[in-house]
Amino acid sequence: MDLYEYQAKQLFGKHQLPITSGDVCETVDQAVAMAESIGGPVVVKAQVKTGGRGKAGGVKLAKNSEETREVATAILGMDIKGHMVHKVLVADAADIAEEYYVSFLLDRANRCFLAMASVEGGVEIEEVAVNNPDALAKIRVDALEGVGSEKAREIVEAAKFPEAIRAQVADILVTLWEITVREDATLVEVNPLVLTPTGEVLALDGKVTIDDNAAFRQPGHAEFADSAIDPIEARAKSLHLNYVKLDGDVGIVGNGAGLVMSTLDVVAYAGEEFGGIKPANFLDIGGGASAEVMANGLDIVLNDPDVQAVFVNIFGGITACDAVANGILQAIEQLGDSVTKPIVCRIDGNNAPEGRKILQDSNHELIELVDTMDAAARKVAELAAARKGAK
Amino acid sequence: MSIWLNSDSKILVQGMTGSEGTKHTRRMVASGAKVVAGVTPGKAGQEVDGIPVYNNVADAMAATGANVSVVFVPPKFAKAAVEEAVDAKIPLCVVITEGIPVHDTAQFFQYAVNAGTTRIIGPNCPGIISPGQSNAGIIPADITQPGRIGLVSKSGTLTYQMMYELRDFGFSTCVGIGGDPIIGTTHIDALEAFQNDPDTDAIVMIGEIGGDAEERAAAFIKEHVTKPVVGYVAGFTAPEGKTMGHAGAIVSGSSGTAAAKQEALEAAGVKVGRTPSATAALMREILS
Repeated sequence: MDLYEYQAKQLFGKHQLPITSGDVCETVDQAVAMAESIGGPVVVKAQVKTGGRGKAGGVKLAKNSEETREVATAILGMDIKGHMVHKVLVADAADIAEEYYVSFLLDRANRCFLAMASVEGGVEIEEVAVNNPDALAKIRVDALEGVGSEKAREIVEAAKFPEAIRAQVADILVTLWEITVREDATLVEVNPLVLTPTGEVLALDGKVTIDDNAAFRQPGHAEFADSAIDPIEARAKSLHLNYVKLDGDVGIVGNGAGLVMSTLDVVAYAGEEFGGIKPANFLDIGGGASAEVMANGLDIVLNDPDVQAVFVNIFGGITACDAVANGILQAIEQLGDSVTKPIVCRIDGNNAPEGRKILQDSNHELIELVDTMDAAARKVAELAAARKGAK
Repeated sequence: MSIWLNSDSKILVQGMTGSEGTKHTRRMVASGAKVVAGVTPGKAGQEVDGIPVYNNVADAMAATGANVSVVFVPPKFAKAAVEEAVDAKIPLCVVITEGIPVHDTAQFFQYAVNAGTTRIIGPNCPGIISPGQSNAGIIPADITQPGRIGLVSKSGTLTYQMMYELRDFGFSTCVGIGGDPIIGTTHIDALEAFQNDPDTDAIVMIGEIGGDAEERAAAFIKEHVTKPVVGYVAGFTAPEGKTMGHAGAIVSGSSGTAAAKQEALEAAGVKVGRTPSATAALMREILS
């Protein structure tokens, strides 16, 4: 899960990393009150999980409360690349002498962590990496050894931080690594890390990604969950289903992440022939799904108003296909007359003949059994297109 | 022959007394695998279907000669379980557990690298099967038969799908390497092993969005693999920034896209199918 900047800075504060003062605000009045309590000029920053907010006008300076009111009014409710701004961070507009960049991130390719640091901060670090690679130090961090003062010094020296602040930045790196480990983060980035004219080094902005797999030992992270989540996604989550809402017309239910991803592709390919029919969601009911899980999954997908037709694509490995077939019938029974959308099923693997027989014997008018994944994708795209066209 | 797992493999199951552990132990045994021991701390002396349970991996290995471990313990205890297996110097440790924090995986992977005695497969993987010989994990044994194709895949059900598509040819070994951001065995490791396995004639490689493992595998194929390879990549239509089921399956910006992976594989001479069946058809052409 990616955190908002204000959440990242809350984590920084919790671990005593020096940050600029300020807090998140949801209304213009709150923003003005925050600016007054900070005193002096503030920066008002849109809280969205996307880059380029500065260019979009989502970050503005305000010299006094009147200006704060003006810019907060403009930024709250703004749409930045499809992300509605519901919150702003109002922070002390620190005087800046220099801007730097530091981060720790998971290095998938080398199966360790990576420290990155540069004295050319404040800009997109990807640009520095491309245009001036020598200015970006990349240092491997061993997952077992971590980052102590010696490693921190190595990073600071490699990035050529000015002599006078090396000790300060090294301390910050040690704290940042502690945050990375203690908060189960896969990315902790400070851009910019600033040097003030009085010689202080502060985190002005923060980007943190936390590992959802660590939720069992990070009870505090539950509060970071986005309340702005799609309602269907929220319901799927409460049923422990692995669901992602997409913007098409064909509801997808499958087992196993790879197979479901593949199903999305196959449906999109088939949909090209039918005026651009696309998948409406990703839903993985898991490798060992029971009839009940199948029923829950189908329920979620059938209740999505965007869905015109459903594709149930199961390869029974651990899951037995007869259980899957029973789950499909169970869901249809539970939902009763509200089920009006065609359900195309392709089931193969463990107990497939039994599963197919259960569906055939049901003689349900909405269920269509198709032999192969490719043919089923074609069928469901065709049915979705027909229903969409009829509207 | 086969890679990493054969008819001589003796399997111990960490977490055998748990419900998943017991269920899959029975499935492995039913498929003909030699499961010789279980490990659950504090449960030494118990048995599961006549298979003895030991307190730790070292005891189990000493008593039974086990040389493969399959780990079913819950995420919270997985790191300790794998490090215990590494300490006991077991040659192969297959981690089925899903949902392990990636900091834990990064640590136990490094632990295994430092020890230099244990290959880890997974975590969050279906395991490895050498059809007709042995089966370490949860891959159903009845989908396919022994043959001369090697299969390496990040995804479980796509592994099964491909085994099914090419069941008339059969497989030497199928390895599910897992969909987590850090995994113990990569596509490259499997490609190298298949290249060196005299009983594998051709290789199917299945990837998915996220990371750059497929691109690196492509570079490896170009340099080191002379056997024919066909590929499939899932997730062409996945939108940026959304995790598709596997913790590692996410397109971030321009990196990790299926298109980039396909391009890299094709540049390395790998034929890439648009769907699983199209991929299987490419393999059929090569083998017939």
